[in-house]
Amino acid sequence: MISLAALSVAYGDSRRALDGVDLSIAPGERVALIGPSGAGKTTLLRVIGANLRPTRGQLQLDGLDPWALSARQLQGLRAHIGKMYQAPPIPPRQRVITAVLAGRLGQWPLWRAVASLVYPLDIDGARAALAPLGLAERLFDRCDQLSGGQLQRVALARLFYQQPQLVLADEPVSALDPTLARSVAVALNEDAKRREATLIASLHAVELALSEFSRVIGLREGRIVFDRPAAQVRSADIDALYAGASNPAASAESSLDAPSAKPRLTRCA
Amino acid sequence: MSPVIPRRGLTLSVLVLAAVLASVWRLDLIAAFAEGQDSLGELFGFLQRFAAPDTSPAFLSKVGQGAIETLAISLIGTLLAVLAGVALALPASGRFGRLGQTASRFMLNLLRSVPELVWATLTVLAAGLGPFAGTLALALHTTGVLGRLYAEALENAPPAPETALRGAGSGAVAAFLYGTLPAVAPQWVAYGLYRWEMNIRMAAILGFVGAGGLGAQLYYALSLFHEARAATLIVAMLLLSLLVDALSGWLRRRLVVA
Amino acid sequence: MSVSQHDPAARGRATALVMAVCVLWPLLQVAQFEPAVLFDAGNLATLGGFLGTFLPPATDALFLGFLASATLDTLAIATIGIALAMLIAVPLALLSTRSLSIGRLDGRLRPVSEVIRVCARGLTLVLRGVPELVWALVFVRIFGLGPAAGVAALAITYGGMLAKVYAEILESSDLSPTRALLAAGSGRLAALGYGLLPVASDELVSYTVYRWECAVRASVVMGFVGAGGLGQLMDQSMKMLNGGEACSILITFLLLVMAADALSAWLRRQVR
Repeated sequence: MISLAALSVAYGDSRRALDGVDLSIAPGERVALIGPSGAGKTTLLRVIGANLRPTRGQLQLDGLDPWALSARQLQGLRAHIGKMYQAPPIPPRQRVITAVLAGRLGQWPLWRAVASLVYPLDIDGARAALAPLGLAERLFDRCDQLSGGQLQRVALARLFYQQPQLVLADEPVSALDPTLARSVAVALNEDAKRREATLIASLHAVELALSEFSRVIGLREGRIVFDRPAAQVRSADIDALYAGASNPAASAESSLDAPSAKPRLTRCA
Repeated sequence: MSPVIPRRGLTLSVLVLAAVLASVWRLDLIAAFAEGQDSLGELFGFLQRFAAPDTSPAFLSKVGQGAIETLAISLIGTLLAVLAGVALALPASGRFGRLGQTASRFMLNLLRSVPELVWATLTVLAAGLGPFAGTLALALHTTGVLGRLYAEALENAPPAPETALRGAGSGAVAAFLYGTLPAVAPQWVAYGLYRWEMNIRMAAILGFVGAGGLGAQLYYALSLFHEARAATLIVAMLLLSLLVDALSGWLRRRLVVA
Repeated sequence: MSVSQHDPAARGRATALVMAVCVLWPLLQVAQFEPAVLFDAGNLATLGGFLGTFLPPATDALFLGFLASATLDTLAIATIGIALAMLIAVPLALLSTRSLSIGRLDGRLRPVSEVIRVCARGLTLVLRGVPELVWALVFVRIFGLGPAAGVAALAITYGGMLAKVYAEILESSDLSPTRALLAAGSGRLAALGYGLLPVASDELVSYTVYRWECAVRASVVMGFVGAGGLGQLMDQSMKMLNGGEACSILITFLLLVMAADALSAWLRRQVR
């Protein structure tokens, strides 16, 4: 059970990313967040994931205020929250198996994490997570040998391997081509359904939100514009949500890493 | 004047020339080299004796031992420096707060600014004459150099992977190992190998102050005017550094580029 | 499943580990790696006693006079060393660079110039192959203790290094103006002055200045084998276990290096 009461987030003192949001989400719900760029979707996901402390208002996850917990307890809570991002946060030189096993770092003791770097301790588990995504063959390849779409599926496999009770996905399919985007969105929903986990995903693709998720929340300028079961969302709702807003696709940030400056070598001697 | 040098360049050139002339006057070099002229014949004799290296088996086996010792000093000194460099780079990149950063940066600067040879004069006191003193001296200076480079690599590494793992409940150490280490490790290894190539040359010299290896033998040979032996030792140093260049290149291809 | 049940990298990792242990273990013995020695009471007492005398640094007028004079010597050694190194490096670089090759224009390589080029490169390699400290030790035998040995050693090694880098710079800069001049029948020197130097001079000067900064450090270090300057003074103080003097010299050295850094950075900005 997730509940937000009169929750606000302000960056600096002027701009409000979230403005008095009231929301409750029951276990097992599969929620799509839609809305124009800058509506506060990412901020909302970060707040629910206990990564960003709200400026005002109350957040409760299963009846607990995460910000009242000790640091250790907070990490324990986060270990059961899985996250996906638009750009998979996986080091290019890491092997696929290591990237997948990293999903359970929050549940493993340190010795197990270290040992797995030397010899992967749960090869079967990682393979089982990759198999439904068609990537089991690539288990021991390095991530820089994969395409962008394959890398996002590795990130999905990491999530499957983590088996979190709550999945938060921030634009997980925006960087993928439409076919792949649909298959990733379907896989996320199937997994959540099967494990009765809660899924919250922000999406640019409205039709995916309507066809795959059980509930759709429209967000604009930090407020909830509408919140209803997917079957009851009308096209007028969508038009009103995006009216006058800039083209959502155009705002997709370029995730090109700036080339890291080549450090100078001291060449004396 | 040629079209190359602009006006300000001209002023600077004059200043530089003045500095050179002042230096010549300061060191009284003309006199020194003129005096050396008497010994010009001696110089040629000296060089002539250099041209016939000592290749007696007994001496060569001593040189071989010295070479292995030098190799050991350079390799172990560099490895120690890699470990200590990592240990200091982590706080120096700001991971343990402001105080840790300032303290470790100061430490790195100090280690780096003092040349190996000066460290060696101190480590000889601490560990006695011999290769261990040389190993320590190399390790101390190299720690300063590598620590700074390692910290720069850490600061330039993309933060997203580690942040994401922390956000998913991972402990700090595990998140670093799975998130950031894969990005910096190849650079760390490359810097370590590069320093090893420099340190093999340095290790051959540290013996001058009593820190073991080929340098000690060269120092004696030159002190006792055994030019033939000195020539053998210098050739051995050259070969040893070429060998290490090749080894390090091979390791770099295996570990960094692949 | 075509993918193996085991990590295919494991065997390679295990082999590498075994090999590393097999190499490192004997080398640790050779290097007499015994950290316990550091805590040996006698050694601790010697080092502690020496470091204890570091404070306060020596500041008596006579010593400060020596210190100032040695500092000037060090700067002078570095400056003349670099100046002489340039005299060696410029002809070597011009002889060994391919940028001024006329034969290369139409693909006809003249064997004579190729031979000259190879010889120049070989000489460059020999000059910089032997560390400056070894040269210094050799020259101390010839010129006796004092700055002359340091100057000669710097001139030779840095001559080799500068020649190599000069040649690289000349080859990596924009060659089209030079090619055009050579193709239009101009001589090599004219092509150098009007085609190559205008594009490459900044980089050449800035590398030379940077090398000067290295030469300051090197001249201090060479002092340890008797080549004059701060290093020689430091060697004497260390040998007499005079901590106060050693401390003053060390501080002077650090300041000198910082000043040389700053001066060289400023000079390079002027050139840019």
